[in-house]
Amino acid sequence: MAAAFLDLVQRQLVLAGGDAVFSHNILVITLPPAELLGMARRLKSEFLFDLLLDVTAVDWPDRTPRFDVVYHFYSTTHLIRVRLKTRVLHRDPVVDSLTSLYGSAHFMERECHDMYGIVFRGNPDLRPILLYENFVGHPLRKDYPKLHEQPLVPYRT
Amino acid sequence: MAKATIPIVSAHAPSPSFEYFSTKKDEFVGWARKFSLFPYPFVTACCAMEFMAVSSTPYDTDRFGAALPRFSPRQSDLLMVVGTLTHKQAPVLLRVYEQMCEPKWVMAFGACATSGGFYQNYAAVAGIDRIIPVDIYVPGCPPRPETVIDAIMKLQDRIAGSRHPIITKTF
Repeated sequence: MAAAFLDLVQRQLVLAGGDAVFSHNILVITLPPAELLGMARRLKSEFLFDLLLDVTAVDWPDRTPRFDVVYHFYSTTHLIRVRLKTRVLHRDPVVDSLTSLYGSAHFMERECHDMYGIVFRGNPDLRPILLYENFVGHPLRKDYPKLHEQPLVPYRT
Repeated sequence: MAKATIPIVSAHAPSPSFEYFSTKKDEFVGWARKFSLFPYPFVTACCAMEFMAVSSTPYDTDRFGAALPRFSPRQSDLLMVVGTLTHKQAPVLLRVYEQMCEPKWVMAFGACATSGGFYQNYAAVAGIDRIIPVDIYVPGCPPRPETVIDAIMKLQDRIAGSRHPIITKTF
């Protein structure tokens, strides 16, 4: 049942021009950042993926589009997951925000912005959520020094 | 030529009972204080589970007068930092410590509070003694309840054996 449905999703998206493969029994759709919002809207309205599970990123320091931004969706009707990946450049890490479709995107995009510096265009509030104000840099990027601390309280001598 | 001796003028009228009591006051105050530790649990992470085990009936910290947690720093005199301290929380810990009235003692509960444990990264403070002075360290990840009880008893010995100068000023 789920496999047949995923097959249908894959065929429809391949027809639409997306790159969709199966990896570890999850449908993985890779697409350029400009098509992200439209694809998410289709996934939500046509295929009933009504739950946004996770927004995160992957840093590939030696690759030219340096970052993968990764989304996971879940369908509470079909009980299956799908993964959406898009690649953004190091000097312009901007993708469209999904806050217009999913309320849970607010906090998860803030976290991704904290850790990787991805800018979500359209998210109204990208203040630090796990880090603090005046924190310089993005700690989960591979070029952040491992032992670099930014203490808020001066250490005792 | 004999030097002129200046007589020492005591502020108090000489009385044998007062003299005896003043030699024993540190011992007495220490005895009172060591059995009335009011802990403030500054609980941040998974060591909290072990803190609950210590507070529960089988281990019974009430034997040491250290059972009743006070959730106001003004009313407590033992700050138990239980778990990892992050840089974001460090100002909160410092404020709690500064709000506590003297006399006060600090226990670093577990490996993370003692040294940062296995966290060496952007987020964790490598030991709370970088922020506030610590009186006793409890090793373990998490510590066994027996270790915590041992730490409480060692702290009690230390309180009983130390001077309590606030009383000295007043007397």
